[in-house]
Amino acid sequence: MAELKKQPELKDYAEQIKQCVKCGTCHAYCPIFDQERKEPLVARGKVALAQSLLNKETEIDARFMENLSKCLLCGSCSDKCPNLVPVEEIVAASRREIARRKGLSLFGFGLSTTLKHPRLMKLMARMGNLFSWLVFRKVPEKSGLRLRFPAPYIRGDRTIPKVAPRFLRDAHPEFIPGEPGKPTVAFFTGCMANFMYPHIGDAAIDALKLLGMNIRIPQNQGCCGVPALSSGDGVTVDELTKRNFDAFAAVDADYIVTVCASCNFGLRTNLGKTGAEGESLAGKVIDIHRFLNEQGIGAKLAALPPREKKVRVTYHDPCHLRNQGITKEPREILRALPGVDFVEMRNADQCCGLGGTFSVYHYDMSVKIGAKKAAAIRDSGTEVVATACPGCMMQLLDSINHAGLAHRVCHVLELVAAELPPANQK
Amino acid sequence: MLDKSIIRKLEKIVGRENMTTEKSDLICYAFDATQQRFLPDVALYPQSAAEISDILKLANAEKIPVVPRGSGSGFSGGSLPTMGGIALVLRRMDKILEIDEENMLAVVEPGVVTEVFQQAVEARGLFYPPDPASLKFSSLGGNVAECAGGPRCVKYGVTRDYILGLEVVTPQGDIIHTGGRTMKGVVGYDLTRLMVGSEGTLGVVTKIIIKLLPLPAAKKTMLVVFDSIRGASQAVSDIILGRIIPTTLEFMDSTSIDVVRNATNLSIPERARAILIIEVDGDEELLEKQAERILEIVAPFGVVETRVAKDKAESDDIWKLRRSISPSLRQVNPNKFNEDICVPRSKIPDMILELERISREVGVPIINFGHAGDGNIHVNVMVDLAEEGMQEKVDRALEEIFRATLKLGGTISGEHGIGTTKAPYLGMELNDPTIQYMWIIKKALDPNNILNPGKIFGFSGNE
Repeated sequence: MAELKKQPELKDYAEQIKQCVKCGTCHAYCPIFDQERKEPLVARGKVALAQSLLNKETEIDARFMENLSKCLLCGSCSDKCPNLVPVEEIVAASRREIARRKGLSLFGFGLSTTLKHPRLMKLMARMGNLFSWLVFRKVPEKSGLRLRFPAPYIRGDRTIPKVAPRFLRDAHPEFIPGEPGKPTVAFFTGCMANFMYPHIGDAAIDALKLLGMNIRIPQNQGCCGVPALSSGDGVTVDELTKRNFDAFAAVDADYIVTVCASCNFGLRTNLGKTGAEGESLAGKVIDIHRFLNEQGIGAKLAALPPREKKVRVTYHDPCHLRNQGITKEPREILRALPGVDFVEMRNADQCCGLGGTFSVYHYDMSVKIGAKKAAAIRDSGTEVVATACPGCMMQLLDSINHAGLAHRVCHVLELVAAELPPANQK
Repeated sequence: MLDKSIIRKLEKIVGRENMTTEKSDLICYAFDATQQRFLPDVALYPQSAAEISDILKLANAEKIPVVPRGSGSGFSGGSLPTMGGIALVLRRMDKILEIDEENMLAVVEPGVVTEVFQQAVEARGLFYPPDPASLKFSSLGGNVAECAGGPRCVKYGVTRDYILGLEVVTPQGDIIHTGGRTMKGVVGYDLTRLMVGSEGTLGVVTKIIIKLLPLPAAKKTMLVVFDSIRGASQAVSDIILGRIIPTTLEFMDSTSIDVVRNATNLSIPERARAILIIEVDGDEELLEKQAERILEIVAPFGVVETRVAKDKAESDDIWKLRRSISPSLRQVNPNKFNEDICVPRSKIPDMILELERISREVGVPIINFGHAGDGNIHVNVMVDLAEEGMQEKVDRALEEIFRATLKLGGTISGEHGIGTTKAPYLGMELNDPTIQYMWIIKKALDPNNILNPGKIFGFSGNE
């Protein structure tokens, strides 16, 4: 079994921290700065804080942790940074560093931001397990979902998807043979598609079948590690990465497809930091929209019978696809669908405001960022908003409900599956 | 450290939620784009001129330094709290108060971001031309304080040419009004012009009245590659002599072409020694003719290749080349010393030769690009300060660069300001009586030297 390297430490980023010249470009792209317009909440402020953490110039007090917790890890800043400073990695490493020095437990980082609120802490102690049992009774302990929604922080008016009665990976065999000579595709389902939105996974499998792919769905795969990364829980990130490495190295597929933008980011970057073997595995990770486009799904969709009634659909860019330059592919799929009338919305590329654990601990700010998105959706004059990330779906639904809109929120793949002839569906 | 009683008084003025003394917040108000670091004692987010007036009255009585700050993206240290005290953060005062279409003017608070403002007026067919490279994040208050420029200034002028009037809080806490809403006005001294470019040393701008133009209907972008910098410079002169003033007239010298050649996959001919990016704007029908005329004018000066953008995508490609320079610079060396000298535009070839000489003699790479149309050259001395004796080399290079600039009739800062970084060189350009004259103004308006002390003049006390 391969020996995997652990996640880098903050000191490993010393050079990249120095590359931040404090020019201020990040001001223009940070969704949180857009709300607050305070310097500690934007990338260059975070990098300055990371620097002071590294040099041990400041105490790790409540405000320090609060400032570092206010980051969506969306990567909008590093995407536009003239010096290519990997801010989200530096923030994640800073959170790990704090967890290491302060000895915080599993979702300790977010918790630290509420250390100042003893009432909330008491409340959690009293009813924490109860609530999490209700929501997560079937969800394994190491799943990212548990980190995304540590129980007592969930506000009453927040829309959260229900746990599905049937989990995705339980409903499909580990191997679905395709046409001879076609590539073998391993499917990384991610927690949300597995536990909450299994129909997205079903749709993905339908689409892969349409192209005749050989499909592998390793049962022992785990969470991509993004929520743990976001929480500063390096130990869990390493554990999960090892688990996924083992699960996917064993099936020897040509590609590893993801249906969740954040999982794609998490799986790829976490594996990519584990050494040569991990890097080669990370190189196979590909977003399903890009994969389907490369494999020529366009022609297949164009051959579908025309539809009389078209639905007006707009598209939201998940940060973790946009940052890889995957913006055209989901739109091309939507445009190719006979039943879809695609409409571009304003600021489609701006973050929805979820940011994993961010939305749990800073829900008010998350709602404000979501409200801007909801206004753009409303103004687009559409009935459906599609995206390519179950995390964004959840946030979009919450934002739409707050705004009192009637839009349907769905994954691009759901719209694809809905138009496939019954023979292609299970 | 400020006295607790002063902190309490400040809290009373702005409210607890609009101030911070937490170290982890102050760290983030200690820097600007010069990468120097000075911790303030407190950061305040005032919401109105009245609050700022109270703050300055208190600071003046207690002799506490106050450093106004917009987006903190300046290149000369203007917003650095070099002596601690109060970081006066104005970025959150960011309302566009009024866009008056009939009189073609707007009234804004200082924290409005330049590009946000431009988009707001352009949506109504109006135009605010100054376009500093930082326009996506710089604040208009900061633009006023430093008198920001940009590529379009060759045709349209700089920030000062668009400021009709200001509301200003004086260092002693009075609220005054300069200029007004009219295109003409000669009542009393022109305090508006005194304030624009005063780097936050004479007052805190709380309201800005801005002149607007009609938005040009269209623009056309051209890229012309030359086989020598002299040819390119001659082309610039002849375009102007031909009585055409393009919207932008940007140049890249061979050193900057080399860095983008390695960094992008845009094809640049081997023989390219200089590039001009020329943009014209106006009515669609006229543009075609203007573009043709410009290409005719430049043709005799060693043109290697010409590209005229057919649409926005092609125009973006051309600008991408220019914008790739800054991010690519760090391939050359990790530390950048970025100067913004300005010479009469006919002297650009001489200045480039001087820069080549200095680079050779001192032994440091110098990369040059910028606004050929107005003689404003961005000179980037790229070094690795970790190398022994490098700082001395840099100091020598900078001094020689400034000396050469002044000899050619230029100025040591076209659009960044003096702040702290150029303060040591002030005396190279201005004679003693001129500096004294400025200092007398500063001393008269700010007798306790509380407002942005140490900037421009470089000394701190009441010398």
